[in-house]
Amino acid sequence: MGGSAFYDNFLTNTGCIGISYIPVIPGTKQAAGADTLYLGGVYMTLEMFLQHLSNGISLGSLYALIAIGYTMVYGILRLINFAHGDIFMMAVYFAFFGVVTFGMQWYVSFIVAIALTGVLGITVETLAYRPIREAPRISILISSIGASYLLENLAIVMFGGRPKTFPQIAMFTDMVQLGNVHIQLLTFMIPVVTVVLLIALMYLINKTKSGMAMRAVSKDIETARIMGIDVNRTISFTFGIGSLLAAVGGIMWGLKFPSILPLMGVMPGIKCFIAAVIGGIGSIQGAVVGGFILGIGEILLVAFLPELSGYRDAFAFILLIMILLFKPTGIMGEKISEKV
Amino acid sequence: MNLLRTDSITMQFGGLTAVKDFSLELNKGEIVALIGPNGAGKTTAFNMITGVYTPTKGKVIFSEKSTADGKETYKERDITGLRPDQITGLGIARTFQNIRLFKDLSVLDNVLIANHLRINSNVFEAIFKLPRYKREEKQMIEKTMSLLEKVGLAEHRDEKSSSLPYGQQRRLEIARALATDPKILLLDEPAAGMNPKETDDLTVFIKQIRDEFDLTVFMIEHHMQVVMGISKRIYVLDYGITIAQGSPYEIQNNQRVIEAYLGVDEDA
Amino acid sequence: MKKNTIFTLSAIVLLVIFLFIANTTLDSYILRILNLCAIYTVLGLSMNLINGFTGLFSLGHAGFMAVGAYTTALMTMSVSTKQMNFFLAPLISPLDQIVWPFLPSLILAGILSAIAAFLIGAPVLRLKGDYLAIATLGFSEIIRVIFTNTQSLTNGALGLKGIPTTTNLWWSFGIAVFTIFIMVSLINSSYGRAFKAIREDEIAAESMGISLFRHKVLSFAIGAFFAGVGGGLLGNLIGAVDPLMFRFFLTYNILLIIVLGGMGSITGTIISAFVITIAQEVLRFLDEPMFPNIPALPGLRMVVFSILLMVVVLFFRNGLMGTREFSWDKLFGRFSKKPLAKGGTK
Repeated sequence: MGGSAFYDNFLTNTGCIGISYIPVIPGTKQAAGADTLYLGGVYMTLEMFLQHLSNGISLGSLYALIAIGYTMVYGILRLINFAHGDIFMMAVYFAFFGVVTFGMQWYVSFIVAIALTGVLGITVETLAYRPIREAPRISILISSIGASYLLENLAIVMFGGRPKTFPQIAMFTDMVQLGNVHIQLLTFMIPVVTVVLLIALMYLINKTKSGMAMRAVSKDIETARIMGIDVNRTISFTFGIGSLLAAVGGIMWGLKFPSILPLMGVMPGIKCFIAAVIGGIGSIQGAVVGGFILGIGEILLVAFLPELSGYRDAFAFILLIMILLFKPTGIMGEKISEKV
Repeated sequence: MNLLRTDSITMQFGGLTAVKDFSLELNKGEIVALIGPNGAGKTTAFNMITGVYTPTKGKVIFSEKSTADGKETYKERDITGLRPDQITGLGIARTFQNIRLFKDLSVLDNVLIANHLRINSNVFEAIFKLPRYKREEKQMIEKTMSLLEKVGLAEHRDEKSSSLPYGQQRRLEIARALATDPKILLLDEPAAGMNPKETDDLTVFIKQIRDEFDLTVFMIEHHMQVVMGISKRIYVLDYGITIAQGSPYEIQNNQRVIEAYLGVDEDA
Repeated sequence: MKKNTIFTLSAIVLLVIFLFIANTTLDSYILRILNLCAIYTVLGLSMNLINGFTGLFSLGHAGFMAVGAYTTALMTMSVSTKQMNFFLAPLISPLDQIVWPFLPSLILAGILSAIAAFLIGAPVLRLKGDYLAIATLGFSEIIRVIFTNTQSLTNGALGLKGIPTTTNLWWSFGIAVFTIFIMVSLINSSYGRAFKAIREDEIAAESMGISLFRHKVLSFAIGAFFAGVGGGLLGNLIGAVDPLMFRFFLTYNILLIIVLGGMGSITGTIISAFVITIAQEVLRFLDEPMFPNIPALPGLRMVVFSILLMVVVLFFRNGLMGTREFSWDKLFGRFSKKPLAKGGTK
């Protein structure tokens, strides 16, 4: 059956070797051995479930890192930075070229890539958003789309359309065994790195002057300006931080899913914006919550309903429509009303 | 006879109560004013009546005219929470405090658009210029031009509405509201930014259109000249609460009203 | 007969003559470009109605085009071609047996797209601005994903090949002219004014009695209808469709056309559709090796277009025409300062 073959591949790709799985037609019952769970019509061992869950948490962390960039920019400028997903893609390529073309040590290459990506983010803001900050919304939206489009086409020209393989670092891709479960070390590292960065970010926003400036500008640009805050610098700073986080996410993404393409940022970009909306656009905690919901949900959907795996990308969009219809301000969002 | 009344309507935004227990009565043919210091909740009251906000508490009741057995009767109808376009459809039109004209459209188009709600032709008839649509379009243009002439803007018909001077923009907004065939006209600070001469003209104008179009007028205004000049009754809001209502004479001599506007004398 | 009508009819006669000559003398490469120009005119006008005239941020156009393209393809393909295509899973009946002529298929394509727009619009058009953009983008993607996964209806990721190439200059220009007339008539009607009012100021429009929801859905559905027809024309020009054709790139391309032409102008969209389609072909040389030692840079063409979009949106926000339209009066007004001798308008 098609579902089973896909699932076997999935197991192998995620490193779950040597655990058997028996698909069950919903409605029938099949003994599958001891220690099995029966969830949603699928028999699954506990180990397997934990594997999926850990993958989901990993993916969710990556989505969270990227979603934060969207939500911060939206919070400050009320603007969807369509180019954010492509900035994420650029980070991956920067890191790739650092190691493969310039022969740097991986940690050097990663740091340089992250820094370059931050600069790229600020550049995009300066060239595509700052000049038209006062323009009608639709012009800003189109500029955002245009910037994204430009980055994608530049990437195609500079890097070529054929997939490249991100360098695999043994330390990260090695398997670790817990009980019967084999998981990549990377799968653990990703959430840990994410949490560390999140703590650092919360500290930055709540306890530093720059963070306070960011919060002020996101509440009311004009008043912040009058109070003496350098609004342009604060906005650039926000873009920079968002891009740095996306860069870290990108590098970890490249380690986990080594095939890289110029358009690899498109889907994750949209999904991560959706994650930010689900969590409540403008709220960093919301972006994290949204990222995890999306990441875990996507993996579990494919795990429990392998026949629907082709719809895995649509899952995010369906969640989006649900949220927009029933709670548009998102899980942790606040209502904004317009003065008439 | 009572055309519109509000039954203790209250508007709360989260923890803030913008308007509390506002009870209004508008009788047919009256000109009634709503005054009060800035931020008192006057436009919020307007917004509750016109459907832009749904009152947190209370009801808005409109007396709809219906013809049964050849006789005209008025039936009360609860219009609380209806959408703005539905309320305008019933015959309650408004202007805005910060003029909301369709800036990039011509003077003519601005008023023509306000005719659209009465159209009976569907979009196919409109696209293929079928007879019923052509008739209705002709009627709309005639009605619009006559309204524009009334406000003295007919010669500017093809100019962009944003290119008009401020006073003329205000008049255009009124013409636009009139094009919706209202029974009740709500004017939000119609005299704002006008000099004394313009204010005089406006006062005369409001009376004229009230008579000519058989309207009932409810207006928010700060220009006491206009308010005291033509209002039959006045309501006074302060911090969302109705602190006084009555005739112009009564309001002018009401101590609470004077204090609200001028502040309490600290040494008294 | 009115002066304007005479001019318009003459222009159409000239167009017919031109098409006749073109069909018999020009080579197939140029004919294809002309066809694409006309098709993009239809697509551009359909998107301009929604985004430019009604002011709705809709990024879902590719989805409607997909519905239209697949409908037309499935309706016009012969039974044997269908069997050849659907080798993984047979096409569901009765579609596997039905073959319709081109025009009814196009009309059905438009109607189904309009229905899709109605279903999508009902929940989504309540949203404002950016949210509407993302929601429509989302739906466009959902449509694409559904098409990629319904093997027995759309042949999934394999797409459809061997679609009859019925689109020719008569079809594409004929439908383009028809679309132009419909759009002009609609925009100048009371409903068109209502759309513009919604674009200018939703709150004021609603307070003047215009039902926002009804009119937004109306604009959306009419735009989708023509997007579906355009998609059908496109599919039957190229001869093949597959889900990857209908990603956001396609929507961006049409967005570029309407932004460049001026989002409130029908004339602008028409001019822009021709200019951009022709320019995209002319600039193809950018993708080839240009100098002896420099290898080909595939994709450079699209980079140039992206930069063009950015330049237009940053410096020429109103595009070529802004909200101005062509009229015979304006054209001839340029050539003579005196009012016309008999029955002049001024």
